[in-house]
Amino acid sequence: MQFNSFAEFLNMGGYAFYVWLSYGISTGLIVYLIWASFNRHSTVLQQIVQRQKREQRMRQAAAINMQKQGLTQPELNEEMIAAAVAKTTNNSSNENKEV
Amino acid sequence: MFKWLHPYANPEVAYNFCGKLQPWLFRISVVFLTIGLVWALLYAPADYQQGDSFRIFYIHVPAAILAMGIYMAMAIAALSSLVWQLKLADASAAAMAPIGAVFTAIALITGAAWGKPMWGTWWIWDARLTSELILLFLYLGVIALHNAFEDKNLAGKAAGILSLVGVINLPIIHYSVEWWNTLHQGATVSKLGAPSMSASMYWPFLMCFLGFAFLIAAIVCLRFRTEVLARNGMRPWVKALAEQQTSCQSGQCNSAQENQ
Repeated sequence: MQFNSFAEFLNMGGYAFYVWLSYGISTGLIVYLIWASFNRHSTVLQQIVQRQKREQRMRQAAAINMQKQGLTQPELNEEMIAAAVAKTTNNSSNENKEV
Repeated sequence: MFKWLHPYANPEVAYNFCGKLQPWLFRISVVFLTIGLVWALLYAPADYQQGDSFRIFYIHVPAAILAMGIYMAMAIAALSSLVWQLKLADASAAAMAPIGAVFTAIALITGAAWGKPMWGTWWIWDARLTSELILLFLYLGVIALHNAFEDKNLAGKAAGILSLVGVINLPIIHYSVEWWNTLHQGATVSKLGAPSMSASMYWPFLMCFLGFAFLIAAIVCLRFRTEVLARNGMRPWVKALAEQQTSCQSGQCNSAQENQ
């Protein structure tokens, strides 16, 4: 142990301000980095779920449109819905193809 | 030769592997950092010239060395992403840039707080300090480029080229204390051969260095997983995982399992 008392430890041989400034800012930056990283992880997960829900709503809307136009045969419906969804979300078809 | 590595090129496998690694890296880093920082602050001897201000060394030097190490790792990842079109390498390069920027900032700030009592100035346009500042700007440029494009592949290419060009700065930082007359002292621990410092100071330094290194590895794992998710948002496994994780966060974990 290099210090005889807690006050002496805090004083850091007269360099208290510089030493504790360094340790304080470093701790602060690292804690912020870890917090921000965990935060971004959950934000990205939430965004993926939101996008998924939006896609589902589009799918439903497409199905309702089909029914309004009188295209009620089930086999035809599936194909048309798929085509309509592919049109509205052009990202999804591209991203699914890549390996 | 690379056969055993090949399955890890699958995003899902890499994601799960890093997920398993991550908590252990955090735990190991906490152990090393606790030992290292307590040793550095309480038990390591004061420098015979610099007194207790020398204790800044135990953060300043590991942060500076690791900031350069992260840059090298990021540049290697960027190169493999540009040459072999490895998407995961691109994700890891994007994951490393913010961490490197934070550690460069720590090295600069602790360096300034050490320079004020020792040199009498917070900042001087000296070769070592200026080249380290350029490293920070390179990191900020890489981060900005990664966020500048909607298309992550294009962003990765632009940021990758910048990080490769920036590699030229690393030897400049390392040799700046030899090539130019600077206020900054020469290398003590990053020299080839034996470090020119006493063992009572070298061991706590090594503990702190390992602690920061494991901490960086843990944060890289976490950010890498985030990047993998963001780049594979349309994959079924990501969708399933996102649904499961977000429902667990809002306390509906049990009901979700019952539905399955």
